[in-house]
Amino acid sequence: MATTITKTETLVGKRIRRREDPRLITGTATYVDDIQMPGMHHACIVRSPHGAAKIKSINVKPATDLPGVVAVFIGKDTEKVGPVPCGASLPGLRVPHHYVLAIDRVYFVGHPVAVVVATDRYIARDAADLVEVEYEPLDTVTDVEKAIAPGAPAVHPEWPDNTAFNYHQEGGDVDKAFAEAEVVVKQRITSQRLIPTAMETRGVVAEWHAGDRSLTLHSSTQIPHLLRTLLAMMLGLEENRLRVVTPEVGGGFGSKLNVYAEEALMGFVAMKTGKPVKWIEGRRENFTCTIHGRGHVDYYEVAAQRDGTILGIKLKLIQDLGAYHQLLTPAIPTLSVLMMPGLYKCQNIRADIVGVFTNAVPTDAYRGAGRPEATHGIERMVDILAAELKMDPVEIRLKNFVGKESFPYATATGLTYDSGNYAAPLEKALDTIGYKKLRDEQKKVRAEGRLMGIGISTYGEICAIGPSPATPAGGWESATVKIEPSGKVTVMTGCSPHGQGEETTFAQIAADELGVGIDDVLVLHGDTAIVQYGIGTFGSRGTAIGGTAMYYALQELKEKIKKYGAMLLGSEDVAFHDGVCEDKKTGKSITLAEIAAASYRAMKLPPGETPGLVATNFWEPPNFTFPFGAHIVVTEVDPDTGAIDLKRYVCVDDCGKIINPLIVDGQVHGGVAQGLGQALWEQAVYDDSGQLVTGELMDYALPRASSMPWIESSHTETPSPVNPLGVKGVGEAGTIGCSPAVVNSVVDALSVLGVRHIDMPLTPEKIWNLVQAGGRA
Amino acid sequence: MIAQNFEYSAPANLNEALRLLAGENTKVLAGGMSLIPLMKLRLSVPDQLVDIGRIPELNYIREDSGNLRIGATTTHHQVESSPLVRSRCPLLAEAAGFIGDIQVRNQGTLGGSIAHADPAADYPASLLALEAKVVLVKATGQREIPITEFFVDTFTTALEPGEIVKEVIIPVEAQSTGTSYQKMLQPASGFAIVGIAARIRKTGGKIAMARVGVTGVSGKPYRASNVEKVLEGTAGSVEDIKKAAALVADGVDANSDLFASAHYRAHLARIYTARALTVASSRTA
Repeated sequence: MATTITKTETLVGKRIRRREDPRLITGTATYVDDIQMPGMHHACIVRSPHGAAKIKSINVKPATDLPGVVAVFIGKDTEKVGPVPCGASLPGLRVPHHYVLAIDRVYFVGHPVAVVVATDRYIARDAADLVEVEYEPLDTVTDVEKAIAPGAPAVHPEWPDNTAFNYHQEGGDVDKAFAEAEVVVKQRITSQRLIPTAMETRGVVAEWHAGDRSLTLHSSTQIPHLLRTLLAMMLGLEENRLRVVTPEVGGGFGSKLNVYAEEALMGFVAMKTGKPVKWIEGRRENFTCTIHGRGHVDYYEVAAQRDGTILGIKLKLIQDLGAYHQLLTPAIPTLSVLMMPGLYKCQNIRADIVGVFTNAVPTDAYRGAGRPEATHGIERMVDILAAELKMDPVEIRLKNFVGKESFPYATATGLTYDSGNYAAPLEKALDTIGYKKLRDEQKKVRAEGRLMGIGISTYGEICAIGPSPATPAGGWESATVKIEPSGKVTVMTGCSPHGQGEETTFAQIAADELGVGIDDVLVLHGDTAIVQYGIGTFGSRGTAIGGTAMYYALQELKEKIKKYGAMLLGSEDVAFHDGVCEDKKTGKSITLAEIAAASYRAMKLPPGETPGLVATNFWEPPNFTFPFGAHIVVTEVDPDTGAIDLKRYVCVDDCGKIINPLIVDGQVHGGVAQGLGQALWEQAVYDDSGQLVTGELMDYALPRASSMPWIESSHTETPSPVNPLGVKGVGEAGTIGCSPAVVNSVVDALSVLGVRHIDMPLTPEKIWNLVQAGGRA
Repeated sequence: MIAQNFEYSAPANLNEALRLLAGENTKVLAGGMSLIPLMKLRLSVPDQLVDIGRIPELNYIREDSGNLRIGATTTHHQVESSPLVRSRCPLLAEAAGFIGDIQVRNQGTLGGSIAHADPAADYPASLLALEAKVVLVKATGQREIPITEFFVDTFTTALEPGEIVKEVIIPVEAQSTGTSYQKMLQPASGFAIVGIAARIRKTGGKIAMARVGVTGVSGKPYRASNVEKVLEGTAGSVEDIKKAAALVADGVDANSDLFASAHYRAHLARIYTARALTVASSRTA
C-alpha cells in the first residue's frame, strides 16, 4: 500500500527526542541477557585469584560430577582457539601469545582458567567453585614505574624488562627550541587507571547450527563486523558461516571495542556441545576482566619565551598496558602523542613512549582513548607555564592558539587540523561565566581566606576515526539505503550505535534528504547477516563517517528517483523536493511512494536504469575531523575537610554542524560526568600482590546524578570541510575537555598556598593534606 | 555475582518466623540491602532465608506514652517521610534521608540496618544520641536493651541465635531540643566516612544536655561521652564546641581505607562533630 508522504519542515538541527528511548525506558529492549533459546546452556568462567602464578594442576572432576554440569574445558582443550588478537602494530612490538584460557601460568587476577558449562546459570556458578586449581603464586608488579625499574618481577618471563615497546616521534627542532627558550617548566603528570563500567556488562550467546556448519553469536559489542572477521579466524571457521548479532548494547565507552577471549570461548563451547550457550559477565568480572582505560605516567617539559610563546614540548610517556595486548592496547598512547600540541601552534615536539607490561587487566580505549591524557597534559602544562610567568591562563592560551586564518593547519605530529576558530568558544565561555567579575570576586574571597579557583581548559580532539591509512582495520564506513515499494525508507548502517542516538540523527538526515517524515525512516544496524560490512562505532566516528556514507547513498538514490519521476511524469526536467518529483514546466508531481512502487513493479525502466531503489555507499574519509572547545570550572575548597565544591561548570563545545542539539547535550553531559569521574573520584587501584582493591561499585567511585553540577552547555558551530554534512563528532568531547578544567580550577584555588600541580583523582584527603602542608609552609 | 542455593520462606506472622529461625545456618532477610550483596559475593552462604519483610505486624511507626515505637521492617523511606518521626524525632528522619539512594531507602529497613551493624551505617549514630532502646524477640520470649549494649563490634550485635530485632523505642524529643546529623559520604558506597549525630538541650543559656553519636570512625559506632561531658554546662560558644569536639576520636582506633587514612578520619570526626553540634545548638528552642 502506498503512503502519502508530505514534508512540512526540515529535521536537521532540531531537538528531536530519541526514537530509541521508548523501548529502553519501558524495558522492552532486547539485550544479550534477554535472549532465551530452547536447550540453552549457561557458562561460568573460573578465574585466577592470583596476580601471577604457575598452574601446577587442574582437577575438573568435582565440577563435572555435579548434576547439571555438561562440560568443563581448560586451557589444553582450547589451545588451538585464538589467540586473542591485537590489531595494533608498532615497530618491535612484543606480543605475548594470548590464549583464550591460561595454559600453565596466569598473569593477572581474573585471568580465565576454565569454563564450566551447565544446564542453568546457578549450577554453572556452583560448579566453578568445585574446579580445583593448584597454583604456585609468583611475585607480581602492578605499578608501572616499578615494573621498569631494575629487578622488578617479570610479567612475561621471556621479557624481564617488562617493556613491550619503545616508540619515538619527533617534529621540528626540539633541541633548538629548548636551547633558545627563556623558560622551561617540567612536571610529572599521571592519568590514573579507570574502569569503563558500562551499565550492561559484557555478554555472549552462541548458537551452533550443525546442519549447515554455521555459528550465530550474539555479543554486546561496538564492532559486529570486525568481531566476525577476527572471531572466524580464532575459531577456524569460514567468515561467511559466522553471523554476529549485536542486540541492544547498554554502553561501551570503548570497552566493547574489542575482541575478548570469552567471545571465542562461547563459540568454541557451542560448537563442542552442539547446544546454544550463554555467558553473562558479572560486575566483579567486568571490573577485573574487561579492559581498563588510561594508566599514564607522563613527564612533560615545555620550553617558552617570557612573553608566553610556547616553543617546544617534550613528553616521556609511560603507558601501563597490563598483562596482554587487547585489540588496540599499544596504539592508545600513540593517539596521545598525535594530540600533544593541543590547540597551540608549537612546531617542535618530541615524544617517547614506553609501553609496560604489568600484572593487571589490559588497558585499551576508554572514552577519549589517548586524547584525554594528552589534553590533560598540555592543559596542565600551559597553566603551569602561565603560573611561572605570572600570566593569566586566558592570555597565554589566546597568545598560542592556532589562528583561525591558518586552516587547514599542519601540526608537528603529522596531523592536518581541518577547521577551527579556537578563540570563539573560549570567548563565549568567558562571557557566559563573567570572567572579569569572577576574578574580582576571587580576589575578594581570597582576602577572607577562602580557597576559590577558576580553571580553564581549551581542548582539541581527533574525531571521525579515521582515514583507513591511520587505522588498523579500515577507517571508512558503509551505508545502504533502501526505499521500500511502499515508499518507507530503511537505512542499514555499518556503524553499531549503542547509546549515541543514531537511529534518530540518521533518520533526521535521511528524512530531510528524501523529504519524508522521520517515522517513515527506520535505521538498522548490528547484524552481520542483514547489514553490509561496516567498521563500527567508536572514536566519535558514527555521524561524521557513517552518516556521510548514508548521505552519499541518498544522493545516488535521489538521482535515480528523479529519473523514475521524469519517466513517470513524461517530463524532461524534474525537481525532487518535499517527497515529490515535480515537472518544472507543468507543475505536475508524483510522490516518492508512487515512484518507489513503480520502480519495484518495473513495468517500464528509465533508460539504462535498474529496478528498485537501493543504494549502498562505502565512504573513505580524506581526513580526521578536529572538534574543539573551552570548559571553565569554578570551585571552592573547604580547607577543613579538603572537599571540593563545584560551583559552576560552563562548557562551549564546537563539534561542527549539529544534527540534533538534544543528543549533543546528552553526549556533553555524559562526557563531562565521566571527566568529572576521573578528575574527582574514580581510580582503579591494584595492590602490590595484584589484587584489584576497587573491585566493586562499593569501592570504585563512579559519578552519581546527585554529585553532578549544573552544566551550562552551549556551542559554536564551525563546519568541517572533511565531509558534506559539516559534522565533526561529540562523543568524547565532554570527557576530554573536563578533567584539566577541574584540576586547573582546584590548583588555582590552592595556588595561594604554593600548590602547582595535583594528580587525579582530587580526593578530599589529598587536598586536605596539601592545605595542611601549605599552612605549615 | 550469583548466590549459592538456599531455601526461602516468607512467614506471614512473627511466631512463624521465630519458629523457622531455629533452623541451622539460617539468616533473616528484611530489605536485603546488605545481605543480598554479601550472598552474591558468596561472603555469606546461608542454607535458609526467612523473609520477615512481609510480616505486617513488624511494620509500624506509632507514638505510645512518651515513646516513639518503630517496627523492625519499617523502611528508611518510611522513617524519613513519616510526619510523626519528623515532628517527634527529627534527628532520625534526617539520618534516614542520608542512607544510600532512593532505591535503597525504599527497600532497606531500620531493623535490618542495625542488625547488620555495619560500622559505617547512618542510623547507629542517631540512635546512640537519642538514647534509644531495642526490643529483641525470639521463640522463648522478648527483651529490651539500651542501644549502647546492642552494638558489640564490627558486624556484631547483642542478638542471640534465633533472635531478631522487633522494634526500636525512642523517647519523644522535647520541643526545645536541637539535633543534627552531619556526614561525609564515601563516594562509592554512600556509607559514612564519618557520621556524627548531635543532640543538645539548653537551659538558661547553658547547655544542659549534650549527646553525640559517632559512626564510620572505628569498628563500631559509639557515644562520645567525653565530648558530651566537656560541653555540658558551657554556653556552647564556638570555642566551647571546638574544644569539646576535639575529643571525639580520643582513645579511638580510627579506621583506615582507600578513602580516608586513620589520621584524616579522626580529623574529619572532629570537624563534623563541631558542625553537628553547631547546627544542633542553632536548632534548640
